[in-house]
Amino acid sequence: MMEFFKKPNIDFIGKRSYAFAISGVFILLGLIALFQISRGAANMGIDFAGGTTVQLKFEKPIPLDEARKALDANGVHDAELQEFASDNKLLVRVRNDVSQGKVADQIVDIFSKTFADNKSVVDSSTEIGPTVGKTLRHDTLIAITIAILCIIIYIAFRFEFKFGVAATIAVFHDVMAVLGIFYMMNKEINLLFVTALLTLGGYSLTDTVVVFDRIRENIRAHRKLGTGDVINRSINEVLSRTVVVSLTTLLACVSLAVIGGEVIHDFAVAMTLGILVGTYSSIFVASPIVFLWRKKKKGKLG
Amino acid sequence: MKKSLQWRFLLIGISVLVSFVCFLPSTPLFSSMPGWWKTIMPNQGINLGLDLQGGMHLILKVEAEKAVATSVDRMVKNISDDLSAQKDARLEVVKEDTGFSVTAQDATSKEAARKLVSERYQDFAVKREDPTAISYYLTDEEQKRIKDAAISQALETIRNRIDQFGVAEPVIVRHGTDEILVQLPGVKDPRRAIDLIGKTAVLEFKLVDDNADVQKAIAGDVPVDSELLYEKNVDRQTKQETKIPMVVKQNALMTGDVITEARVAIDARFNEPYVAITFDSIGSTLFEKITEENTKKRMAIVLDGTVYSAPVIQEKISGGRAQITGKFSQEEAKDLAIVLRAGALPAPVTIIQNVTVGPSLGQDSIDAGIRAAILGTILVILFMAIYYRLSGVIADVAMILNVVMLLGALGLLNATLTLPGIAGIILTIGMAVDSNVLIFERIREEIRAGKTIRSAIDAGYDKAFVTIIDAHVTTLITAAVLFQFGTGPIKGFAVSLSLGVIINLFTALVGTKVVFDLMTSRRSLKTLSI
Repeated sequence: MMEFFKKPNIDFIGKRSYAFAISGVFILLGLIALFQISRGAANMGIDFAGGTTVQLKFEKPIPLDEARKALDANGVHDAELQEFASDNKLLVRVRNDVSQGKVADQIVDIFSKTFADNKSVVDSSTEIGPTVGKTLRHDTLIAITIAILCIIIYIAFRFEFKFGVAATIAVFHDVMAVLGIFYMMNKEINLLFVTALLTLGGYSLTDTVVVFDRIRENIRAHRKLGTGDVINRSINEVLSRTVVVSLTTLLACVSLAVIGGEVIHDFAVAMTLGILVGTYSSIFVASPIVFLWRKKKKGKLG
Repeated sequence: MKKSLQWRFLLIGISVLVSFVCFLPSTPLFSSMPGWWKTIMPNQGINLGLDLQGGMHLILKVEAEKAVATSVDRMVKNISDDLSAQKDARLEVVKEDTGFSVTAQDATSKEAARKLVSERYQDFAVKREDPTAISYYLTDEEQKRIKDAAISQALETIRNRIDQFGVAEPVIVRHGTDEILVQLPGVKDPRRAIDLIGKTAVLEFKLVDDNADVQKAIAGDVPVDSELLYEKNVDRQTKQETKIPMVVKQNALMTGDVITEARVAIDARFNEPYVAITFDSIGSTLFEKITEENTKKRMAIVLDGTVYSAPVIQEKISGGRAQITGKFSQEEAKDLAIVLRAGALPAPVTIIQNVTVGPSLGQDSIDAGIRAAILGTILVILFMAIYYRLSGVIADVAMILNVVMLLGALGLLNATLTLPGIAGIILTIGMAVDSNVLIFERIREEIRAGKTIRSAIDAGYDKAFVTIIDAHVTTLITAAVLFQFGTGPIKGFAVSLSLGVIINLFTALVGTKVVFDLMTSRRSLKTLSI
């Protein structure tokens, strides 16, 4: 039979200090991103911030600087431009107050007048008022809170409380890591990205649950072994499974990221990152937390 | 073959068949099915979301406070008329924010005013009172009722306009407290649709104040009781817009609510379209009276504060017909006729969200999604077949069943497929083999521990079961939260993800187990290709 690992015997718990250092950096990045978001300095999508986006598809390639010049000359300032060069697409984004006027129409008109010999069609246009963004931010926060609460309750119900807390910390870690990486890459933080965060949170939890299931089973089966040994043994036993499952989901996500089209691209990238971080965290974050917690308790008793 | 095996195969066979039947309407194949099939069998299939088929998604906020303000204005005017008609009462009525105050010269007048208001205008309550004046406000219940009525009426009016505009399967529903959600799938001309929906369409007939000095008015010196409006003129050839200022009397002689019919006609002399309107009986009488009294004066036809035309009244017009001319295009004239027929909005609306997707982007997204799905499927199939060999192939078949049943379930529920929904399906492809990987790894462990093939398979399924349930429940929790809080596209993602996960339980636990059981029931296996 084909195996990635033949009887692996890796001391995962022993490497926890390195893991905690790496994870600390991840969480720090995520917290910085959160802080920047809360003070409005992050690249927020218009669904949260309000504003206008127009995506145009041209017949011929369109130079970014000319497009920007045309917009500036016609009174649309501070537009952010992004091109999808492969099929001559241009995305224009303006953070404006939508109720003030029809900026989307204005942008379309500017391009059809200035580039009369390079015809364009409107792929999509979105205008979102500031109140909508505010409501959405509020709803999103509630959704994330409820999701986290439900997960803690379920895990606490199925396992011991400390497993629930450890799993939640691992999920939090994964979400923070992906958020931090997205912030560093200056990717847009929009509703689709939040969806990806919630989904990868659920996915990472699944990964953690599999490891925890085995730890629980082995704690009962091997009462004489120390906590660290039981956890190491459990992780090693499910290592193939953890890696194989991540790999298959990764194959699907990478396909989506590479050829799934521009609309879904960032979502797929976030999921891909999430799967990688989620796999790492179930081994190097969730399990060591359970180890430390149990060890501390045992130390007191002994 | 054992009996339980037969039953299970039958169950899987039927599920696949039902899935095909349910998914069929979503494929081009359906149009070539016989007529009886189309009527008896499921015929709706999967709906495409606006992000895939193109179209408009609007959220309009009804400025219901303006409806309250208009009502208060009208009522205060009536009250003011009523009170000044009182004999011996010396009263002064001043409109306030959402009410009015009455200042009385003496106590008797004050009591008379109080009596009148409490008898005839019970929707007003006393806000405060001092020896000479009473201040009234419109009660909260009445304000709420007016707002509610305004929103319902706006919804109805917008529905009328869209029906007459002609869009297939529009969605027009109330959204939140004072918002209206409008979805127009496949709409060709979004700008025209917005103009049509967003227009308040208050039509007024006002006399032009010929005594006023237009230049002075532009400078800010507008005569009392008059206002400065503009007539918009678009040159046909150059498309150049010009605005002609005009001073008109503030009081409207007549408004558009007396219109019963409006249609487009073509002026034979200039070959230009105009809108012919017909008034109801009250309107006809009023119009006749107005035109008689104001012959040789100019009357401005004003829509939402813009003058369309200001013809000179040549003679008394009876018969209840009039024309609105202006430099219209055929489409503009048609849309004007629509809004005049459907009536004015009780309050202005503002567009607070407008998501428009062109049809080409939708098709691009579908194509890219299908390509990504095929690539992902092939990669996963290859990997599983290489890593787990025959067992991997069995899991692959289960995964394909998973996708087929997922599509069938989406068709059966007439679910709306969105782009994130497609992503959800692709994610399901990756996760579908998850359960089988868990089981296979467990079986491998049991074989290594020295169990026979048969008992290793049984133990693998048994022991992995709990873990699989745990894993599925956690995914379902997030999907449920996403469904509850997400907007359209995200809901689509939550639906395909949760259905995929639920169906996966069936295909992974029942679908692959039955194949292994079949293999072990025929002969006792010495080795297993896993």
